[in-house]
Order: sequence, then structure tokens, then C-alpha cells
Amino acid sequence: MNRASIVADVRKAFGERITEVDEAALEPFIRCEPATWPELARFLKDRCGLDMLVCLSGIDRGKGVGLEAVYNVERCDAQRAGIAVKIRVPYEDAVIPSVETVWRTADWHEREAWDLLGIRFAGHHNLVRILCAEDWEGHPLRKDYKSPDRYHGIKNNVV
Amino acid sequence: MLSDSTRTNAVTSGSADLRTEEMLLNMGPQHPATHGVLRVLVRTDGEVVLDCEPHVGYLHRCFEKHCESVTTLQSVLYTDRLDYLTAMGNNWGFCMAVEKLYGPELVIPERAQYIRVICQELNRIASHLLAIGTYGMDVGAITPFLYCFREREKILTIFEHICGQRLNYNYIRPGGVAYDVDDAMLALIKDFCGYFLPKVDEYDDLLSGNDIFVQRTANVGVLSAKLAIDYGCTGPVLRGSGVPRDLRKDQPYGIYDRFKFEVPVGRGERGSVGDCYDRYMVRVREMRESTSIVQQALKGIPAGEIRSSKIKAKVRPPKGEAFTRIENSRGDLGFYVVSEGKEVLYRVKCRAPSFHNIAVLPEISRGSMIADLIAIIGSLDIVLGEVDR
Amino acid sequence: MSMDTKTLVDWVLGSDAGFWWRFAGVAAAWALPITLWVSLVGLISIWLERKISAHIQCRLGPMEVGPHGALQTIADGVKLLAKEDLIPDGADRMLFALAPILAFAGTFVSFAVIPFGPDLIITDLDTGLYFLAAIGSLEAIGVIAAGWASNNKWALFGSVRAATQVVCYEIPMGLAFVTVAAVAGTLSMTEIVEQQNGMLWNWYLFRNPFMPLAFISYYIASLAECKRAPFDLPEAESELVSGFHTEYSGMRFAIFFLAEYAAMYVVSALAVVLFLGGWYTGIAPVDKALAASPLWGNVVGALVIITKSFALIFVQMWLRWTLPRVRLDQMMHLCLKVMVPIGMFVLVFAALWQALLPYAGALNGREALYPTLGSVTGLVVFLVLVIGGWMWVRGVIRATTSYKTANYRT
Repeated sequence: MNRASIVADVRKAFGERITEVDEAALEPFIRCEPATWPELARFLKDRCGLDMLVCLSGIDRGKGVGLEAVYNVERCDAQRAGIAVKIRVPYEDAVIPSVETVWRTADWHEREAWDLLGIRFAGHHNLVRILCAEDWEGHPLRKDYKSPDRYHGIKNNVV
Repeated sequence: MLSDSTRTNAVTSGSADLRTEEMLLNMGPQHPATHGVLRVLVRTDGEVVLDCEPHVGYLHRCFEKHCESVTTLQSVLYTDRLDYLTAMGNNWGFCMAVEKLYGPELVIPERAQYIRVICQELNRIASHLLAIGTYGMDVGAITPFLYCFREREKILTIFEHICGQRLNYNYIRPGGVAYDVDDAMLALIKDFCGYFLPKVDEYDDLLSGNDIFVQRTANVGVLSAKLAIDYGCTGPVLRGSGVPRDLRKDQPYGIYDRFKFEVPVGRGERGSVGDCYDRYMVRVREMRESTSIVQQALKGIPAGEIRSSKIKAKVRPPKGEAFTRIENSRGDLGFYVVSEGKEVLYRVKCRAPSFHNIAVLPEISRGSMIADLIAIIGSLDIVLGEVDR
Repeated sequence: MSMDTKTLVDWVLGSDAGFWWRFAGVAAAWALPITLWVSLVGLISIWLERKISAHIQCRLGPMEVGPHGALQTIADGVKLLAKEDLIPDGADRMLFALAPILAFAGTFVSFAVIPFGPDLIITDLDTGLYFLAAIGSLEAIGVIAAGWASNNKWALFGSVRAATQVVCYEIPMGLAFVTVAAVAGTLSMTEIVEQQNGMLWNWYLFRNPFMPLAFISYYIASLAECKRAPFDLPEAESELVSGFHTEYSGMRFAIFFLAEYAAMYVVSALAVVLFLGGWYTGIAPVDKALAASPLWGNVVGALVIITKSFALIFVQMWLRWTLPRVRLDQMMHLCLKVMVPIGMFVLVFAALWQALLPYAGALNGREALYPTLGSVTGLVVFLVLVIGGWMWVRGVIRATTSYKTANYRT
């Protein structure tokens, strides 16, 4: 099992629902719509044996594009074949189905992406802030984020 | 001599007329055994842990936000503060991601590659020394901690000579390393390797072979391989569960394919596979393997350049996205970097091994005692600096 | 030595003085010196602990205040005195203030029956050993009160652990007491010591083949009673922050601290009295010469007993800085399933040895040989236990050296 065969398998099973495949990129990825993701995640884990979610990176792609979640999944064997899955959502409806039941490590990662970027993961059992304080406002890694002047009376001295 | 039944079941029933109550215990963020500012909310029945929930974020320093506002070269400095016990690894991990953006044309000079390996492995030894020492302290043995620090001090002195810093090195830079290493330094490192190996036997006498230590750690916090993979655990935590995954072997980065070394895995010597003792033993053995790698690297280190001329003083990575991982002392340290071709990176995401390793805590500590919970947290060997970033 | 004038007070005032006179006499002649002595023991052992731990750990320890830091403890005491005395909100204030005093009193009172020399004993009660066993538990009440009164969950854990541990280890300790009492036929401290007169092998440690076991069992139990490693569960700084004295600061904390070190001296001195020949040097001619002069007998006797006690305290410290901490269930297991049965066994067989063997047919007509037989077998058992223990520890360590195998992969 290598990356090419994973991509081939996914293409065969999902066909048009995979919106983009780039195997030539520095970081080869496949792209799908949020609605396809739970099914694709199950497929990747159960059929392709990609049993480890290595990383979930949330990225703010800027105005007109929206937010993106990049899932790096891989197979935990000596070859470590893996693939990145990218899912893009608009700002106003930044909802991606949660995959915490597929890979349990997604639990904290999704909380982090919610905390820092404001991507909501539908179906997550406890989607609360993880790194920032519970009463923090805004999502700091958004490109349009403005640092607050004050937090609980503590003045923000950063110029 | 001591009890064989090391795992206590959560007994809540008791006799009918004895009223028992659950207690909510707040361990941390200031507690001697949480290795930083971890806060664990523990629901206990007497001394038995019914459930626990780690709360992180007390050391959140906006690493990723910082990287979006300072230049790439300045970001290297911030990576030091992630896993502050293996800052060399953090530097390397970040630089590797940046170097990947440059594509295959960028060749890191041989000498720099060797220096990177030597520094990374020495740093791994230093980090494991601290892990083992504090672990001994967690289970009540204070002396091994100071023995470990005695050796760690020597490594830190070496680093101080190499790059002027003892903890936050900022030494490995995109395209090579910051300064060259002279022969006297290499001789010092060679001496250290010879000095260090017999010392590991000392730790084995004090801890690994101590019956009380074995009783405290064997069969405690058993983490199955499946659960470890499901939670994304890596490094000694995953290897302690008997999974021989090591990026230095699986996807040799740098020049790791030139060295001969073994990947220690947990074998359940004293208890079952994946218990605290296995995780501890993996670290002890990795120190021996790292010493061997350093010795091999010292033999092979060539003369020459230490920085690629392709990367200029202003590091401006080409447009693109890259995700790379290295085997840091606590597991796979990954960086997902997005560059717009400017001096400042568009987005940096750090995949911190401790972040995954600590998430598994509730799963393996249910039904154990409070003392076991401490032993389990210690065996996971987290650094809050990289959990909270 | 005469048994008529048992104590210094009796000697000065005569035994027919009024109660209040005697009370004042005891206070002046004994309570004051003992208070000083307890403080001194505290100072010395805290300094020793620091230096010993430092040297075990390749450090120097305190070096600045006084020669080799000898006055460091005094400096710390002054610091603790000057510190703010905090009482947490929601604490049971009365109990919170009472707890350190209770803990200290328990240890302090024990000094009343611990001899320092042939005549240097506050009161040689006929039931000295019994008194000690009874009063020794008072410290545990102080500790439990401290944990409860603090209104802190960690402190509560500490005090519950302390209660469990002290109650458990009272049993093997008591069994060791009873064994000695059965062999000695008395509960009086001075009498117990006097029976160990003569050469080294006359000490109760070697008196019969079961006494070494009783001694080891007593010593382990005394570690637990003092809450010393590997039984420092009530404090367990890595688990329970500081256990029962988490909320204590300033002088109240210092009193707990002092009580702990005083208790170490008490159990060690008791071990010396019960098993290690008390004030006797173990060399019969020397002891005989000393006994002839009351002054030198008492001075040298006191030095001997203090030296032996500090040797045992040193072992306690050595263990503390070497061993990890056991877990609660392992601590109970060791006590109830290992040490209590051993204690029972030792008690029964030591009593049988004492009562039956001299009259058994085997020794008929050669009763003079009986003490020699006891001492020889006692020595042999002691050596076997020491060497066996050492070999067992080496064996456990060697079993770990599987790390030397080259291939770690499964």
C-alpha cells in the first residue's frame, strides 16, 4: 500500500465526490466537500488502513476562499504511507463533520481548530476551547483577528 | 515481596450501610507531579481514580500566531520554546519543513548534516535523562534525579560551547547550522560518550532493578498498541506499547540511513506490554542507542561548509505548502508550513507529540490509584511547552 | 546499680517530697533538658539529613551558614518563626492550631521512658514499653487532626493515609515489643537493657534465632511509624503536594518538622534499647569498668546510646534517599500479609525457645550452654538474613540487565 494506490482506491470508491487530487504537489493531497468527509474518513481508516491521524491543521485561506482543514492521515507501519485530505469551508458556514469517532485523536485537534480558527466540527461531543481561556473572544489565528485591548482588566501593552 | 495485584479495581459497592462519596480532585495546574502546568480533574472514590480529564492551555504562548508575524528566521527562535527539553529537535523539525519548501535543489552540506545528528541525539539523551530522573522522583526516588542531572549538565555544557546556550539553542537554521564545531568540541563529545554508557548501568541499578520501582510501574497504565495508534501517540509512548515505529528508521530524514541502531520496544518484561515500566525502559535503552549514533557520527563527520549558500541571510521560502516530521525525543514532531513566498510564513502549524500523548491519559488511568496516576503522567513524559504551544 | 533511687528527682528530693515539689523538680531537672535535647536532636538530624542526602546525591548541601552549613537549620528556624502564620479559610481553627502540638506532644512524652544511661531516665516505669506503645500513637492523632482541620483534599488524603499506615504498622511493632517483653520478662526499659549486659552477642538482637527477624520487622515498622521513605505516603510530595501539612506554614510547620525528626530519634533509641544493648558497648570488660563509676557509666552510656541511635537514624536517611515510595495497597500488603505473620511466628517461637528449650531433654544437665546456643544461632540467622537480603537485591538488579541484549525488537 502506497500513496498512489490509496489515491486510486479513493477515486474508485468516491469518483466525482473527490473534487481535487494533486499528487505532484510538495504535499500530495485530495480534496473533498465537508459532506463527503465522514464517509471518506471511514473508508480511509477501514479500507485503506490509515489508522493514525497525524495532524489536523486549520488554515485561514483569506477573503474569498474561506477556512481550510488539512488532515494528514497515515498508516502506522514501516512504510508509513499516508495522504493529506483538504476540506474547505466558507467563513459564514464553517462547519465540518467531526471524525472523533474515527480517529480518537481528532477530539483535541478539532477543539484546537475550533479554538484558534473557529471551524465548527459538527457532532463533536465537547467542542469547547482548549488552548485559549474559556471566555476568550474571537479566534486568534483568523487573519482578520484583532487582539483585544483588555482582558479582565489586564491591559494589552503590545504595540 | 510486595503485592502482585498491582492493579486495583474500582470498588464502589462496599457494605450497604457504609456510605461512600465520590470526590472531585483538582490536580494542578500547580502540583509537583504534573511536570509543568497541566491540570487534571480527577474523580476519585477514596484513592481510586474513577475518571480523569486533563485540561491544557495554561502555558499557551501563541506560538503559531507569533510565527505569522515574525520572519521565518525569527520563528526558529520560537520553536526552541516548544519542547524546551529538546530544542535542537524543534529547530531541526521547523527548518526541515522550511527546507522542503525550497525543493530538492537545496542540498544541506554534509558537515551540517552530521552536526545536526550529533546535536539531536545528544539532546535526546539529555531529554531522556530528565524524563527518567523526574520519573524516579514521581515514584518517590529523589536521588536518581540528581544523578541524571549530573550527566545532563555535561551535555548542556557541550551545547553551551557549541552555540552559547544551555536550553534554547536556536542553533539549527534553515540550510545548515549557525556555527561550526571545532575538533576540541568533538573530542569532548567523544569523551562524554565513553563516560556516559557506564552511568546508564547506574540508573539500572537504582531504578530499573529496584523492586519497589518495578512494583510501582509494572502493570500500571497499560496502553494497548491499538489505543496508542488511535490516539496518535508516538515516540517512546508508542514504542513502549510494542510498536516499533521510529521515523529515523521508517522515513530516514537527514542522514539517519547511514547509522546502525536498534529501535527499542516494550516487551512487557515485568508486567504487560505497554505499561509504565515498558515506556520507562524504552527511554533507558534509547539513550544507549543515541550514544551509539553519536559515536558513529563522530567517526564519519567530514570537513566542509556548514550552511548551504542557496539560502540567503533573508530566508524567503518559495510559495508552497510542506508537512514534515522528525523523531523528537517525545515522538513525531511535525510542522505544517504554508508560504506565500514572503519572508513571513503564512501559516505554521505544529504537530506536538505531547499533545497527543497526554490525551490518552484518561483511558489508561481509570481504575488505578492516585499514586498510579502520578506514575502514568510521569511515564507519558509530557512537556507542557509543546502541548500548549 | 540500685533500683531504689530510680531517678535524679528522687535522688535530690527524696521520694517522700510533696507532689508539687516533685512536679517542679521533674520540670526543672528533666523537662527543660529534654526540650533542649529534642531541639538539639532536631537540629542535628535535619543538618545530617541535608548533608547525607547531599553527599548521596553528589552535592555539597548547605555550606554557607556556619562551618559546612551547621547553622543552616537555625537560620531556617528563624525564618520560619518570622513567617506569616496562615490559617486557611474554612479550616477548623482550634483543631488546626492543636494538631502540631498533639503531634509534637506524642513524641515528646516518649522521651520520658527512653533511657540515656544507667541512671539517666526520667521515670523508669514498670510498664515503660507499654507506655511507649500507647503514647506513640498520639502523634498519629495530631497528623490526622492536621489533615482534617486543613479543609484541603490533599491534606485529607495525607491524613487518611497516615491513619491507615500508623494503625497497620502498630501491629508488627507491637508484636516486636511483645517478643522482647517475652524474652526479657519485664516491661521496664532499664531492666531490659541490663539484661543485655556482657558481650555483643548478649544483645537481644542475637539472643535467639528469631530475634534478628523481630528486629528487622521492628525497624521496618518504625520507618512506617515515622512516615519515612519508602513509607512516606502521608507526605508523598510528588503525589499529595505535602500531604497532611500542605496548609501549614511558619512555626506550626516547624513543629511538625521537629516532631518528625524527634520521632526518628525515639524509634531509633527504642531499637537500641530493645535490641542493641542500650548503653552497653558490647565489650564486657569495658562495661564492667564503666559500671563501677556512676559518673563515667552515665556519661559514656549516654554517648553510646546516642551514637547507636544516630547510626540507626543514618540508616533511615540512607534508605530514604535510595528507595522509591511504595503504594498504599502495597504498604498494606507488606504489613498485613508479610510482617504480621512473621511477627506472630517470631513471637510464638521466641517464646517457646525462651520457655521450653531450657527444660527440654536435649539440654539436660548442660543448661549453661543454653545462652551460648541462643547467641550462636542468633548470629548465624542474622548473618544469613543480611547476606541473603543483599544477594536478593543483587539478583533483582541482575535480572534487569537484559538491556545488554543487542536486539530489542520483538
